[in-house]
Parts: sequence; structure tokens; C-alpha cells
Amino acid sequence: MTDPMSATRSPLDPEHGRHLLLQMLRVRQLEEKCVELYSAVKIRGFLHVYIGEEAVAAGVLETLSPDDAVVATYREHGHALLRGVAAGAILAEMYGYAEGCCRGRGGSMHLFDAATHFYGGNAIVAGGLPLAVGLALADKMAGRSNVTVCFFGEGAVAEGEFHESLNLAALWQLPVLFCCENNLYAMGTALGRSESQTDIALKAAGYEISAWAVDGMDVLAVEEAARRAVDAVRSGGGPHFLELRTYRFRAHSMFDPERYREKAEVVRWQERDPITLLRSSMEAAGQLAEEDWAQLQADAEAEISAAVDFAEAGTLEPVEELTRFVYSERSAP
Amino acid sequence: MKSSYREALRAGIRDAMQRDPGVFLMGEDVGIYGGSFAVSLGLLEEFGPERIRDTPLSESGFVGAGIGAALGGMRPIVEIMTVNFSLLALDQIVNNAASLLHMSGGQFHVPLVIRMTTGAGRQLGAQHSHSLEGWYAHIPGLRILVPATLEDARGMLWTALEDPDPVLIFEHGSLYNVAGELDDNAGPVDIDTAAIRRPGSDISLITYGGTLPAVLDAAEQLAGEGIDAEVLDLRTLRPLDEATILASVTRTHRAVVVDEGWRSGSISAEISARITENAFYDLDAPVGRVCSAEVPIPYSKHMELAALPSVEQIMAAAREAAGARG
Repeated sequence: MTDPMSATRSPLDPEHGRHLLLQMLRVRQLEEKCVELYSAVKIRGFLHVYIGEEAVAAGVLETLSPDDAVVATYREHGHALLRGVAAGAILAEMYGYAEGCCRGRGGSMHLFDAATHFYGGNAIVAGGLPLAVGLALADKMAGRSNVTVCFFGEGAVAEGEFHESLNLAALWQLPVLFCCENNLYAMGTALGRSESQTDIALKAAGYEISAWAVDGMDVLAVEEAARRAVDAVRSGGGPHFLELRTYRFRAHSMFDPERYREKAEVVRWQERDPITLLRSSMEAAGQLAEEDWAQLQADAEAEISAAVDFAEAGTLEPVEELTRFVYSERSAP
Repeated sequence: MKSSYREALRAGIRDAMQRDPGVFLMGEDVGIYGGSFAVSLGLLEEFGPERIRDTPLSESGFVGAGIGAALGGMRPIVEIMTVNFSLLALDQIVNNAASLLHMSGGQFHVPLVIRMTTGAGRQLGAQHSHSLEGWYAHIPGLRILVPATLEDARGMLWTALEDPDPVLIFEHGSLYNVAGELDDNAGPVDIDTAAIRRPGSDISLITYGGTLPAVLDAAEQLAGEGIDAEVLDLRTLRPLDEATILASVTRTHRAVVVDEGWRSGSISAEISARITENAFYDLDAPVGRVCSAEVPIPYSKHMELAALPSVEQIMAAAREAAGARG
């Protein structure tokens, strides 16, 4: 297996760098808004935010084509947004409104969007992996050159479905990219307290899958690795696996008192905030002027603010539609 | 032509494979082995290993892959060796297959068919003999089929594959070797309605799947005692064809439900409840039930038989209902 990290990184195109910064800022601001709206009782249920992990979705999704499929977890607002689901439709979904991407039936943990091939939004840990294998199987059998990207946390590694799925994907040489977002804690359980072998990429390699561990706080490193992996998968190289080492800055959900980790640890990771990292390096290289940064922030703010307006103006799906879509609607005979 | 239930199932799979290149069969030992119950014997040679796809022993993995493939535009038939093994795939069946359409606001259909063996009677012990189809019938979003005849074994699959939603087909293990005449032109059948397998006027015996032969046997013997029993084969456990059930009971005024599942919280309980909810004033007797004993199915023959609905129990329940004053 080739380690993409050993390759020389191509110099950053400033325009692309600003694009990646904007992508991460969009997710950050959406998530901060979600927390605010949750506290304001506009959003209910469970809410899991992606703050701190933005470089992973931003870097990986950057490398996909429109026909590729994405399967994600219950911490998927950012993935949906960066895949192309409108921020307004995402927020309206969390408000429980008919204008949401799932008519308000899914909520925060179940965002779906057929137009962008976004297959959720899966709230069962590891439950999305077999789906991704099947989507890739369909592509392979139909002779399409699409790639399916499957995101999951390191907690999923303990589930049987993780192992079954990796084995199937490798056995059948399916076009799927597994992206393990290793944020070190499965809810409150640290990796070392749940796995006898904590090197996750090594587990994937055990299934004869090319697997690389990547600095998940460095969006450029993530993008570089993902691009190589996606290219390899698309050109028939079989499944690939990225372990993206990242960190969740906020609590697991809104109900998490964070008894399982030290404040100092959080602060240490926050020093490697993926947005700050890219911003600083671009500033140091003279690729990001102060007004550029201000503009990016303003652009993200404008989008999220418009999305809140869209969600606020949402309407409730009529209760008469409760039983719609339990089964497909058939055309009248 | 002469056909066994097993051959009728195979003819249904072959027909579907020929009709639609998007159809494929996957499961444990469906290919080289020929199917654990020999249903798919010979199909590997006919359709090749891509479409008759052997899987590892990963029920959750390959059932989930079937769901994903269905989302990706294929028409997978997933075979699970027995209903007991399907419990390893329960997450995928309930949390994904049954829920995706509603949860996604109508965006993602799952046109998946899952076939599995169910039921007891072959001395296979507690981990290969249960009847959990009634359990699956509890789940909104699933369609539950229980073919009991050669025609249904042959014809339900294609109709199920044309359904845009997940369909589970339960094949009772004791039926595979049942043989009889099957029309040369036998083809797809509806999967919406219950069928009257024996018309009668005195009592409705309501059953499905593996217990249909015993119920028909009981009905013939009851005729000798002057009790003219109607035998209703449910064919589909979800959604239930309530109209046919109620029409039959409204004619006969008496009903016994025969179900190889356990009595508590069973499909027989559901049917009994619907009859009393909707046809209470047409009843001349309480609705009777004959179910399996509430034990894990034991191995030894005499104990296994004692646990399962018998012709004698069915007749006794029918006599009791028929004897009640109208």
C-alpha cells in the first residue's frame, strides 16, 4: 500500500484554499446556529454537532463527482451541507417542517436527499456500512464508475457490521471508500477502553484493504488522501479505507456532561482547530488577506442566516399525511 | 406438470432472473452448494456467479448490502437460511429496509425481496425451528408473504420483486418436498388477498403457510362429523386481507385461527382481535386459537410434535366453536 502522506504535496492554489476555508466555515456556522436554536427550543430530539471535525467532510466530499453516493452517520449535518443539500432544507428538517429535506420526518439524525445521492443520516452505529457496500455492489453490477463514500465513527469499529462490510467489500472488490472519523470517543467511551487493537487502519488492512491514517485536522491532507483513494476506487482498485484522526470539540450531544475527558485535552485539540490551521498557514504564505477572511465569514453568515429565515417560515406537514410513505404510492390501476 | 414446492420456488427465481437483468440472488451457499434447501440448485450454472452470488456468513452484512443494492437500482433477492438466522440481520431489516421510505420523506424506496425458511417439524431444535413471521408482520413498511401452495411458491416472487417496497417471503421447511400438479402456464400471482382453499358454511378455519395442509386435513375429517369448515389461507400476513377474513366469518359466524407461532403477542392474536373488533355481533362463539406451545421447539420427535398445532387440536377447537350455542 502507498502512503499518500509520503508524496510531495502540490502547492496550494489560494482560490482553492479559500474555497476549503469557506466550506469548513459553512459547517461551523451551521452547527453553531444549531446549538443556539436547540437552546432556544427550536430544534428538539438529539443533536450531535460536528464542530472540530469539519476538515474531514470538507476534504473528502471535495473529491466526489455528482453521481457518487454518500452514506453518513447521525452527526451528518455538515456532510449533507457540503454534499449540496441546501442549508435551509437541513434546518427546516430540524425544525420538523415540511420544507425540510425529509418533510420533517427524519430530524437531525436522519437527513436524506435523493438529488445529491445522500443516503443518510443513519442513527444506528455501523448500520450504514452494509448499505454502502450494497450501493457499491449495484454500481459495480451495473457497470457504472461511481464511488460510494461511507462515513462512520471509530465506535463503529466495535460492531459486527463493520467487519462484515469490510470483508464483503474486499471480497467482491467493490468501489467503496470507507472513511472512519476517529474522534477518540464513542459517546463517552475512549477508544482504548473499547478496542484491544486501537490502530484502526491496521484492522482494515487485515481485510486486504488499502488503508491510510490521515491527520483529520488538516483539510489539505484529508483532501489529498481522499483524492488518491477515490481515484483508485473509481479506476477499479477495490475498496479503500481512510482513518481520519480528528476530535469533537463539543459534547457528544446536547445531553452530555462530558465526564469522560479533561478540559485540558479539549483545549489541546482546539489549538489544532482545522479552520485556524488552514487560515494561519494561508496567512503566513500571504494567500489570505484580512478582508478575504472577513468576506468568507460574511458569506457563510449570510447563507446560514438565510437558512434560518427559510426554516422559520416553514410549515407543518398535515397530520393527515402521517401514514404516507410507509409503503410506496402506486399509480391508480 | 408435476412439481415440488422447492421446484416451484426455483422456477419462480429462474423466471425473475430471465425477465429482469437487475434481479440477482445472494445468500449463504446459494451458488456452488445449490442452496441449503436445494432451492437454487442448478441456477449458478445457468446465470453465473455474479447473479447467483454466494456470501460469507454475514447476515447483517449481506442483507444490508441487499438494501443498498436495491437503493442503487437493482432488484436483489436475498436468501437467509432460516428465520432464526434472520435475527442477526434484524437491524438492517427493521431500522433500514422498513424505515427508509418514511424516514426520508418518501425519497428512498427499497425494492428488496428477502426469502427465508421458517417453521418446525424436522427435528432441528430450537435454533432452526421457530416461526417468527408473525413478529415481522408487526413492522410497518414490510410486506410479509407466506406461500403455502405450489402456485404461490411459483408466483409470489415476481409480484414481490415488482413491489417498490421490501417484501419478506417465508417458506415453511415442511413444504419443500410437497409435490403436486402445477399448471404449465403458472406465473405471477397477486400478493394482496387471502384465498378460500376450501369453502364451507359452519366455521372459518384461518391459517397460512406450513399449517395449511393440517388444517385442510382437519376440515375433511370434520366434514365426516357434519361440520362444514371453510379454510382460509391468509397468503399475506402484512398487510392483512381483513375484508376476506371478515366476509368469511360473517358467513360462518365461527372462527378458529391456526398459527405455528407462539400464542402470546402473535399474528393469531391480531386476527382474533380484528374479528372481535369488526364482526363481534356476527359471532356465535368465541374466536378459537391453535398455536405452538410456548416453549423453544425441542429436538426429540414426540416433544416437537407435542409443541406444534396438530390435526387433533384443530378439530377439537373447531368442534368446541361449532358446539357453542348460536
